[in-house]
Amino acid sequence: MILLFEQLLNGLQYGVTLFLLAAGLTLIFGIMGVINLAHGALYMVGAFAGAWVSIQTGSFWAGLVSGLAASAVAGILVELGIMRRLYARDHLDQVLATFALILIFNQSTILIFGRQPLFTSLPPVFSGSVEILPGLPYPTYRLFVIAVGLAVAVGLYLLINKTRVGMLVRAGATHRQMVRALGVNIKGLYTAVFGLGALLAGLAGVMASPILAVQVGMGDEIILATFVVVVIGGVGSVKGAFVAGLFLGMTDTMLRAFLPTLLQQVMPGPEAQALGVGISSMGIYLMMAIVLLFRPRGLFAAQG
Amino acid sequence: MSHVLDIQGLTKTFGGLTATDNVSLTVNSGEIHALIGPNGAGKSTLINQICGEILPNAGRITLGGRDITALAPADRVALGLGRTFQITSLLDDMTVRANLGMAVQARAGGNFRIFDRAASRAAVWDEVDQSLSGSALAVRADVPVADLAHGEKKQLELLMALSQRPRLLLLDEPMAGLGHVESQQMIDALRAARKDCAILLVEHDMEAVFALADRITVLVYGRVIAAGSAEDIRANPDVREAYLGEEDA
Amino acid sequence: MKREYLGMIAVFIALALVPFAAEWTGQSSWVRLVGQALIFGMAAASLNFILGYGGMISFGHAAYFGIGGYVVGILFHHHAAGTAFLGLIPGTDQMLITLPAAIVVSGMAAALVGALSLRTGGVQFIMITLAFAQMFFFLFVSLKTYGGEDGIMVRRTNSLPGLDMRDRATLYWVVLVCAAAYYLFLRRLVQSSFGQIIAGIRQNERRMAALGISTYRYKLYAFVLSGMGAGLAGALMVNFLRFASPDMMHWSRSGEFMIMVILGGVGTLAGPFIGAGVLFSVEVTLAKYTEHWMLPVGILLLLVVLTARGGLMSLIRRVTGGGK
Repeated sequence: MILLFEQLLNGLQYGVTLFLLAAGLTLIFGIMGVINLAHGALYMVGAFAGAWVSIQTGSFWAGLVSGLAASAVAGILVELGIMRRLYARDHLDQVLATFALILIFNQSTILIFGRQPLFTSLPPVFSGSVEILPGLPYPTYRLFVIAVGLAVAVGLYLLINKTRVGMLVRAGATHRQMVRALGVNIKGLYTAVFGLGALLAGLAGVMASPILAVQVGMGDEIILATFVVVVIGGVGSVKGAFVAGLFLGMTDTMLRAFLPTLLQQVMPGPEAQALGVGISSMGIYLMMAIVLLFRPRGLFAAQG
Repeated sequence: MSHVLDIQGLTKTFGGLTATDNVSLTVNSGEIHALIGPNGAGKSTLINQICGEILPNAGRITLGGRDITALAPADRVALGLGRTFQITSLLDDMTVRANLGMAVQARAGGNFRIFDRAASRAAVWDEVDQSLSGSALAVRADVPVADLAHGEKKQLELLMALSQRPRLLLLDEPMAGLGHVESQQMIDALRAARKDCAILLVEHDMEAVFALADRITVLVYGRVIAAGSAEDIRANPDVREAYLGEEDA
Repeated sequence: MKREYLGMIAVFIALALVPFAAEWTGQSSWVRLVGQALIFGMAAASLNFILGYGGMISFGHAAYFGIGGYVVGILFHHHAAGTAFLGLIPGTDQMLITLPAAIVVSGMAAALVGALSLRTGGVQFIMITLAFAQMFFFLFVSLKTYGGEDGIMVRRTNSLPGLDMRDRATLYWVVLVCAAAYYLFLRRLVQSSFGQIIAGIRQNERRMAALGISTYRYKLYAFVLSGMGAGLAGALMVNFLRFASPDMMHWSRSGEFMIMVILGGVGTLAGPFIGAGVLFSVEVTLAKYTEHWMLPVGILLLLVVLTARGGLMSLIRRVTGGGK
């Protein structure tokens, strides 16, 4: 029971990370109609910049600020230099250009930091653990990650539903031509939204850096899970990204934690282990298949 | 049953907006039935429901006695529904001939064949030549569709729809944007077409409507406010008001 | 028309002479490199059928390439061990069985993915094909019986009656004949009734539906045909390299196939083969000088996308002034 609760929290923490990535991706698609495969690279940029600065300065907080700044700047530069030329192009050109960006980002990172992963330490404030249930101490840092993710969710909700920018965002997701025709400063809005998406990806990267090994390729793995989140949630829907992100994060974690053990009840150990790991790594994709059967446009697809 | 098309109680809402509100109408075989109404009356939404691009919230659509309310667009075509688009929708990279060829080939079937040569299907291309021969488009057969004039595109859409050999033809504003001469040609073409199929005609050009239609249905704010012969509609005070109100605004 | 046939025959003869040229100049690696490029060209050409002619941007094409390869690997594994797949299907090393089996199995996988992903379009379609390809990747990583992430060795190339398949040149010629046959098949396919319908759907799906075409079925059929082609290429590759691994279906491989199509020219018959040859030689050449060869490849790709339209085929056409 306690183990279950602990894994649920781990799943929540992974789900929050997925949400931070998916929210940016889905916003960028919803407003600009552009697919950005290199979103995971921005996550990696945030993680590397954050880890490097925090190793150099010894301060997690300095790393956090630098990671956010680095990913936002990278995002804005990418938007100004490349994405801007792609809005009017078809998806194929967008896919290829952003795939090229992944290659460029990954190789440049190897050139700068090498192939060895970077390891950072937890900020002292959050290095301990708290007993959240009797007999269940849980790392404070992970709770902090969850809290930050939920805070971002609330912030995005307010931004989208209560502000003028949010109104454009909502209108843009369903009536892109209309927003363009209204003559709002669309170029500035696009750059800002892309920068915001990059910032959120960078935040996810920095937050994950003390828990994971910071290495090249970390963005490629998580971006695929993020695509699944976006597809299940409905392309363009931040609400969908939130629900699907948390749900998939928890499901994935629970499957990995418990499926091999469950299978060992019915079949021999090593085979159960292998099969359990296999099925649980396919779990989120199978869930995507099921959702597509019933809701081809995702759970919270924008009307259009 | 002599109704080719029978629509009963068709309702479609988008959020709070009711685009078609309990619409019923029939089209008899051999008839040209015109659907008129001011902009935003829900005519296009109705056409798109008949074609199956939009599914209604309530109501029933029957084509030649078959309930097609829930069928996919392509399956309705197989049952004898042909259409043209308000804004012409063609295969822009292909020539006039190739567009017509595609229409004939689609109807002729055998389209999962992967070892034949589409360009060598004699029956298809004979029919294309035949349908072009009576048309002003004959001299433009090898011109890419993207280079056609607006009126020519409208003509091509009609030819493509007719080569489907439909039992009911849905025409979404076939006169829109046509000059006087072209409109007259289109009216003649539709008079010829009615020998082969029934027509539901959505049109703003009242001259054309009164010249062609056997019966007229008037749609305002998604509702049928009047239906009857051309004479009835001309005399109907509600219709006058709806149109005059439109002009005042 | 005449010119096209002459060109095809000339290219075929030139490619058939590669093993002799390699022996004569002492560059024995040529056979291996050109053979691989031909196989990659087949995979890229199969992708090009749905991408260029059908307008379906599948980013998971490496999955079918890998599955085709694994069919050869798994059948050989059971053949060597004298066991049966799932206790039912005995292994084999006969190419006349393994290649068709690879085509069928990868076609079935494509049918499964296509049936789900074609229910949507646009950006979702790209992400879904990518995600399902990754699912297959994880599936094969978890199959410890077949080597897990290390992959599976095929110690001997499949046999063909009457041929010495251990001879590299013979194997190369088999690959060349397959590639030529596949090229002719695709040439036929795009001119067929089905090929015309697919081209129509790419241009205007709504119009085709209004002509009575159930576009979903046609797109699915195209998707399956294309997956089968990739499966054939994968099966040949495993024979050629005598090795199958999950890397064959990694998503960066799907990206490479797409680059090959773009480099050569979308929606052209020879383009994917040219693109495959160019990308593969660029990779091999750069890899001699730097381990970071992906960086220049990425920059090159970015430049091609941002500046050049129509790929290398349009360049060749402009230079030769010829038609298709």
